[in-house]
Amino acid sequence: MKKRWVSLFVENDIGVLAKISGLFSGKSYNLESLTVGTTEDKSISRMTIGLVSDDITFEQIKKQLNRLVEVIKVLDFTNTPTHMKEILFIKVKSCTKEEKTELFQIACVFKASVTDYGLDSVLLECVQTETKNDDLIRLLTGQFKQLEIVRGGSVAIESISMTDR
Amino acid sequence: MIPGTSLFVKALKEEGVTTLFGYPGGYAIDIFDELYKQDDIEVILPRHEQALIHAADGYARSTGKTGVCLVTSGPGATNLVTGIATANYDSVPLVCFTGQVPTHLIGNDAFQEVDIIGITRSICKYGVTVRNREDLGRIIKEAFYIARTGKPGPVVVDLPKDVMLALGSTAYPKEVNIRSYKPNLKVHSGQLKKALDMLKSAKEPIFLAGGGVTIARANKEFTELAELTKVPVITTIMGRGAIPTNHPLFIGNIGMHGSYAANQAVSECDLLFSIGTRFNDRITGMLVEFAPKAKIIHIDIDSAAISKNVVVDVPIVADAKQAVEQMLKDAASCNTEVWLSRIQNWKQEHPLSMAANKGITPQKIIEKINTLFPKAIVVTDVGQHQMWTTQYLKMDEGKQLLTSGGLGTMGYGFPAAMGASIGNPNTPVICISGDGGFQMNIQEMATAVGQELPLILCVFNNSVLGMVRQWQTLFYDKRYASTCLRSRKSCSKTCKKPGENCPPYSPDFLKLAESYGAYGIRIEREEDIEASFLYALENKKAPTILEFMIDSEEIVLPMVQGGKPLSNMILEC
Repeated sequence: MKKRWVSLFVENDIGVLAKISGLFSGKSYNLESLTVGTTEDKSISRMTIGLVSDDITFEQIKKQLNRLVEVIKVLDFTNTPTHMKEILFIKVKSCTKEEKTELFQIACVFKASVTDYGLDSVLLECVQTETKNDDLIRLLTGQFKQLEIVRGGSVAIESISMTDR
Repeated sequence: MIPGTSLFVKALKEEGVTTLFGYPGGYAIDIFDELYKQDDIEVILPRHEQALIHAADGYARSTGKTGVCLVTSGPGATNLVTGIATANYDSVPLVCFTGQVPTHLIGNDAFQEVDIIGITRSICKYGVTVRNREDLGRIIKEAFYIARTGKPGPVVVDLPKDVMLALGSTAYPKEVNIRSYKPNLKVHSGQLKKALDMLKSAKEPIFLAGGGVTIARANKEFTELAELTKVPVITTIMGRGAIPTNHPLFIGNIGMHGSYAANQAVSECDLLFSIGTRFNDRITGMLVEFAPKAKIIHIDIDSAAISKNVVVDVPIVADAKQAVEQMLKDAASCNTEVWLSRIQNWKQEHPLSMAANKGITPQKIIEKINTLFPKAIVVTDVGQHQMWTTQYLKMDEGKQLLTSGGLGTMGYGFPAAMGASIGNPNTPVICISGDGGFQMNIQEMATAVGQELPLILCVFNNSVLGMVRQWQTLFYDKRYASTCLRSRKSCSKTCKKPGENCPPYSPDFLKLAESYGAYGIRIEREEDIEASFLYALENKKAPTILEFMIDSEEIVLPMVQGGKPLSNMILEC
C-alpha cells in the first residue's frame, strides 16, 4: 500500500464531482482527499485526488476514471515532481499566555501564519504540503488540549524545475 | 423556431429510430403528443417501464440498432433502473429519455420529481439533464453516439418539461465532437504481434470468446481465425455463438455451469487467448486457481476490463472485430493435434447430458427447438432454464441468443423477446423462462397480444425458484427457504417437495393466456413436445405459452461451487 496522487481534468458540469466520488465509494476504493476547482478554461475543472492503494488497484482506479465519459485526462502524480499544497486552519483554544507565545514560535518554524487572535485562542493558517501539515497537527495535538482543525485537501501541479515542493 | 418536442422527433428520425418503447405521463405527455403526429416512428406501449426497457434491450441486441425508451418522470424513470443496469452489464446500446419536472421545480421535491441522473450514475454509461433548450440537439446527438460507440451502453437523457416546450433552433448537429470521449478501437500492432508469437509457440492454447465478440458481430471472422490457427474455442455465456456450437473446435462453455471439457481445458492450457470478456467470478471460480499454467492474452475494448480480475501477460485494448480481422492477416496454424485429442477425451469422458429415462427434461425441449427452429432468436430469463439453454442450445449461423448474462435479471426474458420480435418480425422468437421469472413481467401478455406477436413462450414450470433451490439442495442441507412458488400460509416450513395437498398450478398459465387473448397448452409428456411447438407455430398473430412441467428436483450439472476452482466440478449428485 502506498500513498498516490492523481490529477484529473474533467468537464465542469453538474454531477461530475458526484460521479467521480461515487466511483470511489461504489467500488470501495479508499479516497483520502479530493479537491476541485476550475482551470484557466472555465469549462474544465481540475481535481487533485489523494488515496492509498496497492499497485494493481491503483492501475484499475486510473482505468476506471479514464473510462468515464466526463473525464478528459488522468495524470498520475505519484512519481511526478509536483508543487503540492494544502490549506490548514488550526484554532487552538484555552491557551495560557506562555502557550500563545509558543504558538507564535511554532508558526514561525512551520511557516504558518497567525491569522486571528483572542484572549485565550489563536488561529493558525498553514499552506504547506499535506505531510508538513500532518507534522504540525501532530505537534500541536501533543501539546494542546483544545484544537479545532480544518483541512482543505491538496491541490497539485507539475513542477517546472523537476523538484518536489 | 420550433419547440423542443419537435426537435426531439426530428433527432429521432435523423438517428434512424423507427421504433420507440414508451410509457406516457404528465412530464412526457408533450413529447408523446408530438410523436402522435408522426407516421414513421412506431411507439410501443408495454405495461410496465421495467418491461419497456427490457423490450428496448431485446430490440437492440437482436437488431444491432440502438434501443430507445421514453418514460415520464419520477416512478416512470425509476422503473427503468433494473433495465439500465442490465443493459450496462451486457453492453447494450440504449438511449433512455426520461421526462422531468420543469427546471424551476428541480430540487423542490415537486410531484413526481426524482434525480434520475443521480440514481443511475453508477449504472449507465452516461447521463445528463438537458437544462437549456439550445443544448437539446447536441445532447441527443451525443447520447446516441455515446450509447453505440466504444463499449456500447445505456445513456440516460433527462428532459425537463419546460425545455421540451421552449422554442429554439431547428438545427440538429450532423457530427459529434466530445473532447472527453474518444473511444479507442484500433489494435496496437506491436502488442498483437507479441500475442500471435505467443500463440504460435504455445502447445496447448485456447481461445476464450466473450460477449465482446458477439457484440462486435465478429462471429464469422472469429470462426475463421480459430480454423486458421486450429486453436480450440471456449465461450462464455455472452460469447456463445462466437463459433458454431457444432464446430469441431468448439469445446463448450466456461465457468460455474460450463462443460467439464471446457473447464478442464482452461485449467490445463498453457495459453489462454481471451477476447471480449470481463473474467467475472462465475467464469473464473477461485481466482488463484484460474488457468494456473497459462500465459494470458486479453483483448478488450474497455481498458478497465483488462487485468481487473485476472492479471494478464499481454493486454490489448481494441474492438474485437478489428483485432480479429488484423489477426486473420498475420496468424498462422498451430500444432494442436495432441491437445485437441486430449480435449476430445474429456468431452467423451463427461459429455453434457441429462438422464434419458426421466421423461420430459429441459434438454429434450431445447433439442427440439434446435431441430425445429434453426434460425430462431432465443431469449432466456434467468435461472436454471437459462443455464440449460446455454448448455444445450445449438448456436449455428442464423441463431441468436439473448440473455441477461452480467446482472442476471429475472423478468428479462419475456419483454426482451417482445422487443426482439418487434425488431425481427419475420424471425421466430422463442422465450425460455421459468415460472418464477415469467411472473416477474407477466403483465406483458397484454402488450404481446396487442402487438400481435407470435412469440413462443416456453415456461419451464418446476413450481420453485429452481436455481436458488438447487443451491439449497447442494449447500444448505435442503432447507428450502422461500423458494417454493406453490406454498401456502398453512404449509410446513420443513416441506421438501410439493405434495398432494398443493395446488396443481400457481398460477394456471393456460387460463392466464386465455384471459389475455393468447394461447396456451400444458405439456407433461415427452412425446408431446414436438406437437406443442407445431401448435404454437400455427398461432401467427398472438403469443403461445407452452407450459412444460419439469421435475422440481432437476438440477443443472455440471457445477462449480462459487469460489471453488474450475477443476473442482460437481458432475453428479
